[in-house]
Amino acid sequence: MSASPAGGLQVRHLTKHFRLGGFFSGRRQLIQAVTDVSLDVAAGASVGLVGESGCGKSTVSRAILRLTEPDAGEVSFDGTDVRRASRAVLRGLRRRLQFIFQDPYSSLNQRRTIRQTLEEPLRVHRLGTRAEIRERAAAALAEVGLPPEAMQRYPHEFSGGQRQRIGIARALVLGPEMVIADEPVSALDVSVQAQVLALLDGLRDRHGLSFLFVSHDLGVVRHFCETVCVMYLGRIIETGPTRAVLDQPAHPYTQLLRDSSPVPDPARRLAFARNDGEMPSPADPPSGCAFHTRCPHRMPVCSERRPELKPSAPGRSVACHLFD
Amino acid sequence: MSEPVLRVEGLQSEFRIGGQWYPAVRDFSLAVEANETVAVVGESGSGKSVTALSILGLLPAVGARIARGSVIFGGRDLVGLSEAELATLRGDAIAMIFQEPMTSLNPTMTVGDQVAEVIRIHRGTSRKAALAEALHLLEEVRIPAARQRLHDYPHQFSGGMRQRVMIAMALACRPKLLLADEPTTALDVTIQAQVLALLNELKQSYGMSILFITHNLGVVAQMADRVAVMYAGEIVECAPVAELFAAPLHPYTEALLQAMPRVDRDSAALHPIGGQVPPLTAMPPGCAFAPRCPLRQPQCERHPPLVPLRLGSGHSLRCFVRAAMESAA
Repeated sequence: MSASPAGGLQVRHLTKHFRLGGFFSGRRQLIQAVTDVSLDVAAGASVGLVGESGCGKSTVSRAILRLTEPDAGEVSFDGTDVRRASRAVLRGLRRRLQFIFQDPYSSLNQRRTIRQTLEEPLRVHRLGTRAEIRERAAAALAEVGLPPEAMQRYPHEFSGGQRQRIGIARALVLGPEMVIADEPVSALDVSVQAQVLALLDGLRDRHGLSFLFVSHDLGVVRHFCETVCVMYLGRIIETGPTRAVLDQPAHPYTQLLRDSSPVPDPARRLAFARNDGEMPSPADPPSGCAFHTRCPHRMPVCSERRPELKPSAPGRSVACHLFD
Repeated sequence: MSEPVLRVEGLQSEFRIGGQWYPAVRDFSLAVEANETVAVVGESGSGKSVTALSILGLLPAVGARIARGSVIFGGRDLVGLSEAELATLRGDAIAMIFQEPMTSLNPTMTVGDQVAEVIRIHRGTSRKAALAEALHLLEEVRIPAARQRLHDYPHQFSGGMRQRVMIAMALACRPKLLLADEPTTALDVTIQAQVLALLNELKQSYGMSILFITHNLGVVAQMADRVAVMYAGEIVECAPVAELFAAPLHPYTEALLQAMPRVDRDSAALHPIGGQVPPLTAMPPGCAFAPRCPLRQPQCERHPPLVPLRLGSGHSLRCFVRAAMESAA
């Protein structure tokens, strides 16, 4: 991967392993949540990070801003080395790079009004006088399509879709350049999901925001992201332009993921077949290619040597021995 | 046509809120034929799960009631049966699987014992015979190394494997009807595909009917023979699956399909449905979808009935505007 223009996010060889058990009970385990993940989000771009539960996509999103301290790798945002940044520098970065979480109910403070929730980050970062802070909070609330009366209310008074709007307003209030969104629409009904996606579409256009968009839903990623990275068991196994990757998946796992995603068309029922087996434990990943235990194209080399992520076509890379 | 396996007629289920009864399901009529999969699809608050609980007689004893209607199964009306009579039916002729298998499984019993227990209770076989049958069932739902895993506890199983155990328990008494309420919603897509494939296969080999309740239109397209779309407690459209997806008629069905981003094609602009589902306590007197509907007409102030479109098409619709357009065409 080449260096992208300034303003973007570059992640190189990011690794995070968790240690579990061993003190009173249980076997000592090393959970290899994320290994050697590299990706770029250029200024203004939207990159999707997809995969199933336990593939490490959320850990990547958390390790970038050191919400979970990574074990190894480099992260740079607009030229600043995030991993070596001091507390003060990190605080500044967290203003420019904001989060939206899946479940706004658990990420909003239940005992604070929406006003307190929206104004607090502005006060922490000392962004303006009291009046200016009020104004910015009001603008963020209006921008996500909630009425001004919402300011005095508490999170439990809102529906799931409205709470997600509040979560988005909280991310916006600091005027970030990039948003890391972890499954932002997964908990919502289809019609509400479409409302929130349309809102995010609009914000991206108006503010030139870049997005790292973590999701398990390929349809949502196809809609929102021009680039996609597919993860399996802690590693990126394929990356490229979303449409190309989904229309013609190179990696057999991407193919399985695509073919397992149901489409609302009874004429195209899934060719459900040969898809037994589950994702192995990240505490004990298979040798060689981690997908070889489920792969229909398995070859002898696949259990012996791990395939590197290599360019397969312009803008696309895949980690699979079929493309050696 | 022979008698359907399940026939629900004019069901109305209500909840008591602040001392008043409000209907959560209204005028619900639906039949499930032998060996047929009927999907009930709707968003949160559509009443689809309340419908399932009403059919099974599992509404909470306090604060909820079936106000009217009948649930005909095996020649009997289940509404008004005693709890003891219902308990014999549930897990026997009618089986059910739910979204979160971990909350439905007993964490202190081995998986084999739990499946065997169902067989012993409903068939009165010996413990040993029941355990042998349990093993057979776990193999049938394709749990790998089932013989070893018989003695494992639910927490040692993955989400997909737990749902397979639930399906094995549901099959234990060879039910005529399987009621599946969001059975794959908590699963990853590749595991969901496995479980859906398994259900389709077992439906054939066991000759079951399935009433499949889900919010996911993609899953509906994969599984159903017929589909009932629910909105705000009512069926708004009911049609054979191919027809519903090729030519949705109710403005809500249409909007729902346009709001879903698809993996197989570009959706440059999604068309969200503005507004929200009305709360139970403030249902509009006319068409429940009218406040959000782009086709709203003055006549929508009245409550539309669910009417069959063309004779024998099996397509019915609760919309004055579109029904008139159809009959004019």
